[in-house]
Amino acid sequence: MTIAELVDSSVTVEFAHLDEQSKRVIRRAILTAVAVPGYQVPFASQEMPVARGWGSGGLQVTLAAIGPNDVIKVIDQGDDDGINAANLRRLIVATTDVEETTDAREATIIQSRHRIPEEPLTSAQLLVLQVPVPEVLRGVERDMNEMRRMHAESDYSKMWVSLYEDLVRNGVVTASTGYPVLVNGRYVMATTPIPRWDIPQLDNAEFLTLFGAGREKRIYAIPPHTKVEPLTFDDVAFEVEITPGATCLLCATSDTYLIEVPSHHGWICSDTDFCTRKRQDNV
Amino acid sequence: MSEWALHVEGLTKWYGSTLACRDVGFTVAAGEAIGIIGESGSGKSTALRCIAGDVRASSGRVLLQKEGGAIDLLELSDAERRGLRVDTLSIVFQDPSEGLDLRVTAGGNIAERLTAAGWRNFSAIRSRARDLLDRVDVPIDRMDDLVETFSGGMRQRVQLAKAVANEPSLLLLDEPTTGLDASVAAGVLDLIRSLLETTRVTAVVVSHDMSVISMLTSRAIVMHQGHVVEAGLTDQLFEDPQHAYTQQLVSAARG
Repeated sequence: MTIAELVDSSVTVEFAHLDEQSKRVIRRAILTAVAVPGYQVPFASQEMPVARGWGSGGLQVTLAAIGPNDVIKVIDQGDDDGINAANLRRLIVATTDVEETTDAREATIIQSRHRIPEEPLTSAQLLVLQVPVPEVLRGVERDMNEMRRMHAESDYSKMWVSLYEDLVRNGVVTASTGYPVLVNGRYVMATTPIPRWDIPQLDNAEFLTLFGAGREKRIYAIPPHTKVEPLTFDDVAFEVEITPGATCLLCATSDTYLIEVPSHHGWICSDTDFCTRKRQDNV
Repeated sequence: MSEWALHVEGLTKWYGSTLACRDVGFTVAAGEAIGIIGESGSGKSTALRCIAGDVRASSGRVLLQKEGGAIDLLELSDAERRGLRVDTLSIVFQDPSEGLDLRVTAGGNIAERLTAAGWRNFSAIRSRARDLLDRVDVPIDRMDDLVETFSGGMRQRVQLAKAVANEPSLLLLDEPTTGLDASVAAGVLDLIRSLLETTRVTAVVVSHDMSVISMLTSRAIVMHQGHVVEAGLTDQLFEDPQHAYTQQLVSAARG
């Protein structure tokens, strides 16, 4: 008997890969996360056809939220053509038959690992971030129970100490990705893995941001119009990454998040979609 | 005594069927330091940790005078008690690693207590930490060194600086100089005495060492096998011990 014969012909492939029960589990976690901004909601993370650590959390969130009329954009390091982004997009499209795009303005769901598109997002769009390490306190505390207590009591003095130590040792804040923010005046959350550059976009945003951590089995959210404040001392201004004088080799922009290209002794936009459209005067 | 700051009565702790301390009671006036002396296993440290809330007492009352009236520390929730530890009640442990994060700088350890109390200005935190470390004679050029690089005596000084950072009204000292060699211990003892004198903090000092108790406190209680066997003025206790155990303690110390 062949495998094809073993498979009951009445079994149909589910829309968006996950069965309805699994989607409901994830949606419930998403609803809780939206109701308690910045709080990490545990969820029953599934085995996915991508390895954990390759965006399985973000993928589950996207698949639970997506509908047949959505338009999907997936980026990795700001790049639509990154191998991981291309693979995840193919999986999503293959199981849902939704339209795909690279244009941040056309997408209704944007799944990303490292960036928020430079193009300001709207209330009609959903941003899904793939999170490797959701626990912001992991760097300052080892005991999980103690971390839970610290969140429950808003006891974030150890977080402040780590910022203090960073300033004392290095003179500047060196934390780049995963910079801690206070969400809605209550929970401190890791903005992992986006750079500091993108954090101002999260404050009082028009759009909903969902964070999915597959390996760590956590979902958290920043609902629209929510206050997001980077943790910083009163007299030490929060700064985003800026290299003075750097402009994009391709589109000559200086006010985007730039990444260095050592081979060409210069910089290019991390957001490839924005850079391409800029060159076509389509921004 | 009308102006009491801390009033302990009937403090009892059982570990299963094992008695750690029973019916411990004393009253401390505001700004006064009281001593608890006894040998290892006498229940003195347990009594102190029950007051601090690190160990949950089986029964008794621990009343602390605060603005707006006295509160019973044993009736507080864990969260409330931890809140109290920020600026009202501090404990100094025998082992500095219990009160300090050794992988953080001296200044950072103090910053932890200050930020917990809501300090959010970097330069204000720096200058407050500098003042505190100066007060406990830690060289200012060591302020940005990790505490794990410090000697035992200096760690204990940092722990003291952290403990008094938010000017608590009650300071609990658990064998603060035990484990330090004699000359270092004498220096730390001097420091504690001057802190107690200059800050008007109410203090409870636990030690097995008569010289520590007599240097820091004017009144003391003697504990033996979980019970308070004698209480009185420190000088009198050691000059004219009444209870057999106190007599033994005094004669042992005199060698």
